[in-house]
Amino acid sequence: MSSGAEVAEAAGLTRHLPVLLVVAPMLAAPLCVLVRRARPAWWVAMLVTVASFVLSCLILQQVIHTGTVNYEVGGWEPPWGIELRIELVNALVLVIVSGISTVVLSTAPVSLPIDVSEDRHYLFYSAFLLCMTGLLGMTSAGDAFNVFVFLEISSLSSYTLIALGPTRRALIASFRYLMMGTVGGTFILLGVGLLYMVTGTLNIDQLGTSLAAVGPNRTVLVALACVVLGASVKLALFPFGIWLPNAYTFAPAMVTAFLAATATKVAYYVLVRFVFRIFGPELAFDQLHLERILMTLALTAMFVASAVAIFQQNVKRMLAYSSLAQIGYMVLGLSLLTVNGFTGGIVHLFNHALMKSGLFLALAAIALRLGSTQLRDLAGIGRQMPWTMAAFVGAGLSLIGVPLTVGFVSKWYLVLGALERGLWPVAVAILLSSLLALVYIWRVVEVAYFQAPAEGAVPVREAPLGLLVPLWLLVGATVFFGIFTGASAGVAEQAAEQLLGGWTP
Amino acid sequence: MSPETALWVALVGPFVGMGLVGLLGRWPDLRETASLVVAGGVFATVAMVLLPAVQAGGRPRLDLVEVVPGLALAFELEPLGMLFALVASGLWIVTTLYAVGYMRGHDEKNQTRFFMCFALAIFGALGVAFAANVFTLFVFYEAITLSTYPLVTHHGTEAARRAGRTYLGILMGTSVAFLLLAMIWTHALAGTTDFRPGGILAGKADGTLLMVLLGLYAFGTGKAALMPFHRWLPAAMVAPTPVSALLHAVAVVKAGVFTVLKVVVYIFGPELLVETGASGWLVWVAAGTLLLASLVALFQNNLKRRLAYSTISQLAYIVLGAALATEAALRGAGLHIAMHAMGKITLFFCAGAIYVQTHKTEVDELDGLARRMPFTMLAFLLGACSVIGLPPMGGSWSKLYLATGAVASGQSLMMWVFMLSSLLSIGYLMPIVARAFLLPPRNEHGRQNDLLRAPLLVGPPVLTGVGCIALFFGFDVLYQLLEGMFR
Repeated sequence: MSSGAEVAEAAGLTRHLPVLLVVAPMLAAPLCVLVRRARPAWWVAMLVTVASFVLSCLILQQVIHTGTVNYEVGGWEPPWGIELRIELVNALVLVIVSGISTVVLSTAPVSLPIDVSEDRHYLFYSAFLLCMTGLLGMTSAGDAFNVFVFLEISSLSSYTLIALGPTRRALIASFRYLMMGTVGGTFILLGVGLLYMVTGTLNIDQLGTSLAAVGPNRTVLVALACVVLGASVKLALFPFGIWLPNAYTFAPAMVTAFLAATATKVAYYVLVRFVFRIFGPELAFDQLHLERILMTLALTAMFVASAVAIFQQNVKRMLAYSSLAQIGYMVLGLSLLTVNGFTGGIVHLFNHALMKSGLFLALAAIALRLGSTQLRDLAGIGRQMPWTMAAFVGAGLSLIGVPLTVGFVSKWYLVLGALERGLWPVAVAILLSSLLALVYIWRVVEVAYFQAPAEGAVPVREAPLGLLVPLWLLVGATVFFGIFTGASAGVAEQAAEQLLGGWTP
Repeated sequence: MSPETALWVALVGPFVGMGLVGLLGRWPDLRETASLVVAGGVFATVAMVLLPAVQAGGRPRLDLVEVVPGLALAFELEPLGMLFALVASGLWIVTTLYAVGYMRGHDEKNQTRFFMCFALAIFGALGVAFAANVFTLFVFYEAITLSTYPLVTHHGTEAARRAGRTYLGILMGTSVAFLLLAMIWTHALAGTTDFRPGGILAGKADGTLLMVLLGLYAFGTGKAALMPFHRWLPAAMVAPTPVSALLHAVAVVKAGVFTVLKVVVYIFGPELLVETGASGWLVWVAAGTLLLASLVALFQNNLKRRLAYSTISQLAYIVLGAALATEAALRGAGLHIAMHAMGKITLFFCAGAIYVQTHKTEVDELDGLARRMPFTMLAFLLGACSVIGLPPMGGSWSKLYLATGAVASGQSLMMWVFMLSSLLSIGYLMPIVARAFLLPPRNEHGRQNDLLRAPLLVGPPVLTGVGCIALFFGFDVLYQLLEGMFR
């Protein structure tokens, strides 16, 4: 890593890392269309994704060592120019997005043909890169309007990605997401517009200072409501996340693994960024008690979505509902308003990305061999695809929160945060809802390991290495980061401290 | 070998054993030899290097990794853990021998997986025994639950699956909902979860909170089978008998009561509990479990189920001892871990031997069985006497100290509870022996020598039956060892 930094330094690139991160995938997207043939297009996409992962790691390292990175695009200073601003929390999100993209994209030669015909692969890669551009841009943008612009880029391309799903229902799922997503995006735009009306600036930091000077008035409150509502739709906070189960279920297997680990995480970050850096915790929490609404919704999500997951017959849909519940944990962490609780929320972004993309990749392997992700078709799969199912169980245990996996680390911080606030019923609720995860994961385990395959079912082979290796990489990471938490929870804790900035409710 | 190295060896040993069993799966004889050699090696390390070190007052310690600040994977061996490690690793050897006889005699499938999970469960048990803090204990506690799940569901039938669901549901459910909460709460209060002599909670929490915490620990440790979270234990009896013998009479359940005992001694501290009376309610819950389970055992016709309820009742002795929190009671509770283990494993060995040889599972089918299986039934008699607490059996010592502890703490009523339960245990164990020895057999088989016919099946119970007597005369070693608990 350090030698990479030196090389970048020598090339005078270090300063330009943030913009490269966004521009590279943006330029590579049309390149994929030009290349047109499936395999070369994949190489282009892969190269750029790996590069952006390396860049993200370098940026994170830089932020840890030298503090927040500001970059003025084209040398224009804010408020005239566009600013990219990367502090700890979004540096971590950048690493998550680019890292998961790399792992998921590496499975494309094997897993993409399950759902998308070869002649349309280049379109897929180009949409994938655009989606990445949007997500990375949203994460690093330092002004509120560009957050919206990149949000739309990522949203539009993710509608495309979802619509590529194998059945016609993917179109409807994508269209529903489009409707909801547009409404959400519009709310954010409205909020940003109102803020501009009050302060005359779009730069996030300047917005924060100006708003503190102006004080709360009705326009600001409406802006806050619009932003929170819009972000809640995008991050799929219950009940605004009803678009999510269908979108995840009918999207191509790979897309689900990618979106589940990235899109909602970035939207969460946007919510955090707006609330803490623009409106400020004093307004949002001391005066408006936003945390009460968020906590109620988060707890409802944790229980309702988990309970619904238990009754799903399609494993992919089950995991989609589980995602809704896990988003509840992240929002709950935010609503606890203590360093430990917030650390739990932020680190769960990272942890949940690892385990959920792992689970969805395992399902991609199963879909590849079995052609189905219906629970009843999984009978006896534990013997036929031992490595895939072992990975599924491993990531599933992490979802339940077994110690020495990442799921435990998240829960530890969340429960500690709840207890610090004296909210012991919340602590109990966190733990009880993880028992619901035990129920829905174990339903799959029982069918896969204890039921004999149905009469006349064709025996299947283990998944190819092209899927198994990335899958086990993710599962290995869930264990590794469950034991060595310095790079995940350590950074998340610093980020939480930075965001809270000594403020207490 | 330094004690620290020995701690490593004893901990990693079963894990390596699991790997060896997996690699040698195709050659059953080699595989079983590997199991035996590893079990023997682990026991030798525990008994010959670690035991003298701990007796001499040493506390070998290993620090592995700090997962989250203040939350480390670390091991430290103290007297109570020493006792548990000794019991678990020692009986592992005998059970391996027995399991070979049982699994082959009964033509069980998936034997490699069976022996692998078995080794993994022992790995978990030793990890629990060596844990230096609640977090490490919790990690290995969950490892035991997960590694024994495939053993409980070994037969893969619908009944096994249902039992597995109950097993995992209760053990995992209580540990995640209560034990984990208790651990995090302890950390929030004391800033650490280390086991320290005298406890870490003194001055950190008031009486009510202590009561709540103790409740979370006691009920969160589902493996201690305190009512109403005891249902998993009878359910687990669908497993092959070696599992019931070592795991559900020794390693798993003792890991449960060990946790309760360890938490009482090293997290709360006996003085604090006596001072605040925070454990007063637990005395009554344990006493209730103790008597109710004995009563239920009286009416079970299935031999293994009867033994399972007897186990629930005997585990409650240990929890009750912990709740009384006087020195004598804690000593008795610690001793009872060893004494009950030796007695109950004998009984389960016998039940399995009877099943393999005659396919009988119900108590009322055992009439006159002593003619056909004299050594088995003799071993059963020895084990039964030890569980009841009759001299010259090991079980009499632990019950003596428990009763003394009850009187010392001013709860003489509890002494009567102990006595009543002992009477009940005569009621549910002795009829089995009486049927076998005194009633005429239903269909005549003639006299046979079961020890010669199936040495691997009948030898182990005879050995542990004799072990019960040996514990009566050799109990001083354990007593001296447990002295260190209060220093």
